[in-house]
Amino acid sequence: MAPTLEYLTGRREAGGRPKMIATTPQKRQGRLRAALEHASGDKRFKILEAHMKKHQFRQDALIEILHKAQELFGFLDDDLLLFVASKLKLPPSRVYGVATFYHFFTLKPQGKHTCVVCLGTACYVKGADKILAAVEDLIKVKPGETTPDNQVSLLTARCIGACGIAPAVVYDGTVTPRQTAGSAVEHIQKWEVK
Amino acid sequence: MILHDLLQIKERELAGRKKITLRCCQAAGCLSSGAKGVKEQLEKAVAQAGLQDQVEVRGVGCMKLCCQGPLVQADPQNSLYVNVTEETAPSLVAALQGGRTDVEQADPNAAFFKQQMFIVLANSGLIDPERIESYLAADGYQALHEALNEMSPKEVVETMVQSGLRGRGGAGFPTGLKWGTVAKSPAPKKYVICNADEGDPGAFMDRSVLESDPHSVLEGMAIAAYAVGADQGFIYVRAEYPLAISRLQIAIKQAKQMGLLGSGIFESPFNFNVDLRIGAGAFVCGEETALMASVEGKRGTPRPRPPFPAESGLWGCPTLINNVETFANVPPIFRRGAAWFAGIGTEKSKGTKVFALAGKIKNTGLIEVPMGTPLSAIVRDMGGGAPDGAQIKAVQTGGPSGGCIPAQHLDTPVDYESLGKLGSIMGSGGMIVMDDRTNMVEIARFFMEFCMDESCGKCAPCRAGTVQMYHLLDKIIQRRATAADLAKLEELCDMVRSTSLCGLGQTAPNPTLSTLRFFRNEYEALLQPDPGGPPGPANFNPPPVPAAA
Repeated sequence: MAPTLEYLTGRREAGGRPKMIATTPQKRQGRLRAALEHASGDKRFKILEAHMKKHQFRQDALIEILHKAQELFGFLDDDLLLFVASKLKLPPSRVYGVATFYHFFTLKPQGKHTCVVCLGTACYVKGADKILAAVEDLIKVKPGETTPDNQVSLLTARCIGACGIAPAVVYDGTVTPRQTAGSAVEHIQKWEVK
Repeated sequence: MILHDLLQIKERELAGRKKITLRCCQAAGCLSSGAKGVKEQLEKAVAQAGLQDQVEVRGVGCMKLCCQGPLVQADPQNSLYVNVTEETAPSLVAALQGGRTDVEQADPNAAFFKQQMFIVLANSGLIDPERIESYLAADGYQALHEALNEMSPKEVVETMVQSGLRGRGGAGFPTGLKWGTVAKSPAPKKYVICNADEGDPGAFMDRSVLESDPHSVLEGMAIAAYAVGADQGFIYVRAEYPLAISRLQIAIKQAKQMGLLGSGIFESPFNFNVDLRIGAGAFVCGEETALMASVEGKRGTPRPRPPFPAESGLWGCPTLINNVETFANVPPIFRRGAAWFAGIGTEKSKGTKVFALAGKIKNTGLIEVPMGTPLSAIVRDMGGGAPDGAQIKAVQTGGPSGGCIPAQHLDTPVDYESLGKLGSIMGSGGMIVMDDRTNMVEIARFFMEFCMDESCGKCAPCRAGTVQMYHLLDKIIQRRATAADLAKLEELCDMVRSTSLCGLGQTAPNPTLSTLRFFRNEYEALLQPDPGGPPGPANFNPPPVPAAA
């Protein structure tokens, strides 16, 4: 049977329930309420909101706000993205789209330590691939993953601009020059002992 | 703030200078080798020796020879100490008093320093980037004063046209022409954007300029804003450069306090504000339309041009986008005149260019040379050639959009046209040297993997083409490919280059094409004989038919 006009437009049939009205708005509101409830008990959300206020809740400041959110929480989870979306009056899809577009934002929690191996051209021709292979071999995870005990996250960077001292590795935010496979393994083993 | 105040600050700063200065590099390269501790130790040693009124320890920007950091320069002795450590730092202070120091020194007359010519990096390594007074003492903001008080916006644009400056972001579009187009676009609101999203792997010139001399970029932006009639500027800087971000924040704050940014600059009706926008790690945001989308807080995907940003850019308003180095060239042009600038370089490429020298080369670091300098002078004389007795095989310019220039073409002068003829581009200034142990096919795969990861996914040729090209290159390296695969790769390169939406896709095949052009034998050595399949275009000679039994 061909769908009726009422069916297509979602208009109410005589006496019947509305058809074709998506149920998501209802669901999303519940989700949002839960997210805001989650936010009410956490001081970090207040700090984040103050930061949004500094930007006058401008929608074009979304990337700045996500930077701040990641700085506060370490990663961006769904509730956090919903919170940002509702405060900036943006559709959640837009916030999610931006958060997943940029490599800098992570939707997964990070380990206690981070090891970023720079894979820029200068580091690459000086053997950064060997460093990465050695570290992968040691902690048995791939770039972008965290060890099961939540100790070390292994990441790669496209170029940190430290080409003059290549190959460089960033351990917990500290750029360390002229690394080798051996020195990188040594550094990470030190973390694991602690 | 009027000119008189400006000069007064300059005089006060110069009068306060001490007899001896120890300049200690505080840029990202040296800091990661421990330059912060070195500076603290120097200060402590000066205090202990009771020399505070004679010796100034100044934290400065990049001193160019990054491979041997931390660097400390003593003036007026003119000795450049290299590889200084916290332990050896106090001995430098002892050396000032006639003592001995075991710290190694670099030869200030070496080709690495002597063949450089500083315009953009003139203040780098001399001034303290975190103090605006230090920039004012180097005649800072006087160019802005001259432009605002003695020139009309039209004359400012005219000066830029005469200087012959071309965009330093890579494409080399004439800057004066761009300024003129934005200036002519009638609109109540216009923007100036500084593209500091230095995404090319292997390039760190813009980071060094921002870390070493942030005010020169701000001044250049302000002059540009006056010329085109904008009152709001944005600097889009990568999140990977935390030090550059913090120094820019300090610089903007200080310039605002002094009334050199903000409302009524130099008591004229000209207003100009600058805001920072922090990138989030997307290479495609170096493309101007993607960058503007990102400034607006959206996904950084490019859009078709025209309309060009000069007509319809940020929020639909006419927008001027220039690179960091382009803006840093502006104040010197106004201080010393367009004719002076136009006298440097080649006929079509004026001025100097900053290159980040890295890879398999002895002296890595920053160099600034006049346009037209031969590549061999840069990599052999200044760079000192490949280390460990290896031979230079190729020089890669332009990052993932550029190409590899083989050793036999090293006498090529560095300018936009000559590099283009060899299938490479000037690019933003990254120069990676490869020695004879580097596998060129792997380099091509490395860049293709980069483009594949960084493709934003908006247009199909780039999104799907880079993946297919990567797999073909991978197949070649794994020795599973035949001549038909190589032919397919070349066909794809041509298709992606011709049909992609933005520069990322249009230039993604360049590293592959240029290595194919000069190092085809390396590809062919990896190919497998075609097992009876239909011969590809590169494999036209069918195997001889065995004689009938």
